[in-house]
Parts: sequence; C-alpha cells; structure tokens
Amino acid sequence: MANTHVNPTRMELTRLKKKLITAMRGHKLLKDKRDELMRQFLDLVRENKTLREKVERGIEAANKNFVLARASMQDETLNAALLSPKQEVSLESGIRNVMSVEIPVFECKTRTSDPNDIYSYGFAFTSSDLDDAVYSLSEILPDMLRLAECEKSCQLMAAEIEKTRRRVNALEHVMIPEMQESIKYITMKLDENERSTQIRLMKVKDMMLQQAHHYREKAIEQ
Amino acid sequence: MYRVAVIGDRDSIYGFAALGLDVFPVSELIEAGKTLRQLAEGNYAVIFITESLAQGLERELDHYRNLPLPAIIPIPGVSGNTGMGVKMVKKSVEQAVGSDIIFNEN
Repeated sequence: MANTHVNPTRMELTRLKKKLITAMRGHKLLKDKRDELMRQFLDLVRENKTLREKVERGIEAANKNFVLARASMQDETLNAALLSPKQEVSLESGIRNVMSVEIPVFECKTRTSDPNDIYSYGFAFTSSDLDDAVYSLSEILPDMLRLAECEKSCQLMAAEIEKTRRRVNALEHVMIPEMQESIKYITMKLDENERSTQIRLMKVKDMMLQQAHHYREKAIEQ
Repeated sequence: MYRVAVIGDRDSIYGFAALGLDVFPVSELIEAGKTLRQLAEGNYAVIFITESLAQGLERELDHYRNLPLPAIIPIPGVSGNTGMGVKMVKKSVEQAVGSDIIFNEN
C-alpha cells in the first residue's frame, strides 16, 4: 500500500533507493546514539540519586543545628551574625559534550582563599550551635553544587534521549517501511510495463507476419 | 562568572548567607515566582529553592527544565522533606526510559 503518490519512473526509483540507504544508515547511527546516551544517563541518574539522598540528609542535620542556635540566641544577633557574609561563592560554568548533549560543568570559587573562612561573626555573642550549623552547611555545599550539576545534566539528557528515541522509532516504523513499500511498488509497475511492451511487440509482429504471408487463409484452404 | 542563589522561607535558608550564597527570603508563592523569574534572567547558574515553594511553582520549573542554565534544584526546608526533589529526578527517568526503573524499589 503506497498511500503517498509516487511516480513509477526509473529516476524516482533510484532516488528512493538512495534515500532508503541514507535512512537505514541514519537509523543505525541514531540507535547507537540512543543506547550510549541511555547508558550514560543511567550512570548519572544513579549518582544523582545517591547525591540527593546525601544532600537531603545533610541539610536536615544542618537545619536541626540552626533550630538549636536560634533557640539560644536573639533574632537580631543572629541576623547581625549571618547577614554580612565574609565568604562569597561564585561559579565558573563550562560545557561538557556528551554525545552532542551539552551539559554544564560548574567550578566553584570562593572569594577568600581559605574555604573554611566561613564564620562571619565574632564568637562572643553567638552560641556554639551556630558554629556547628554553619560548619555542617559548608560541609554539604560542594555536594550541593555537584548535585545541581548532576541533576541539570540528567534533565538535559532525558530530553535528548526522548528526542532521539522518537527519531529512531519514526525511522524504524514509518519512514523505512514506507520507502520499501514505494520501491516495491515502482519495481512492480516497471516490470509490468516491460511485460506489456513485450506482449505488444509480439502481437504487432504476429499481425505483420499475417499481413505478409496470409497464414490463416492458407491454413483454411488446405 | 555566575552566582548561586537560594530562595525559600527565611528560616530555611538564612544559613546559606553565611556561606556566601545569595539568599532571597520569600514567603508567598507569587512573590517566589517573581523572584525566580528575575534570578533566572540574571546571572545565576544554580538556584536552590525549598521544596515547599517548588511544589507550587512546578510550571516555572518545567519551563527552565530544558534550558542549559540555570539549574533549579529543590532542597528540603525546615518544614521537612516533601519528596519533591526525588520526584523531579523520577520525572527525568520516566522521560528518558519510559518507566521509572531507579526509584521503584521504595
């Protein structure tokens, strides 16, 4: 069933055959791409899962410390202690290419050279719980940034995998069978034309011989 | 040079200020959405947002999902873990594989 209309000509046949070869090749390549992307994605997503569990546990623990700190300190002191930070975090964002998906790579930079330089307050008016809380958060920060990188990569790769899978399926189940069908249709049509020409020629030859030699009349006479 | 932002209710996030991240305390959803949009347009590569707010902003999060930057990451706040972060990862797996094969054991 060739539902799209194709011209049954030799030129069209050659064109379709070339197209089919390209489609097959593209299909194979895309399939390989999908498989490799999937493999990398699964690795990444497993890492993502462990990181997320770790970060969630860490933040929970830090929050507990903060609740303790808040209980033993006045709100104003706490604000004064925390809201003028000494440290500053900035990110350098690079790009890594995984199977033509561009995923971000973050590199963390702190303003002061010592990453442990996080206590933006004097120790006189603050409770030790606050030190613990800030420390536990700073412990978890590198993991949080890694989690951000990992999770974003997962999202981008998931989108790419979905796209590739659709392309593979479209080629495999629609484009390639359709082209094979068209090629078959054209070949059969051409063969049919050939046979009909052959028959016509034979018939014409017959008629011409008949005209020249009058075989049939001679046969009747005998 | 990019920066890191944290959005959430004040109690959940003020600790991050000490680490040098930029904190944006918000309590209402509408305000949070506005802040999120502003930050995403601005110079922020990573935006952490508390899960309770992320839950109400799913549409915005989906919008930024397929852009290379910023990465918007839900984190648990003081009110506890709502499972929103894990849900986002699950969604990626489902999108890629077709069904969830990583988290279905729990």
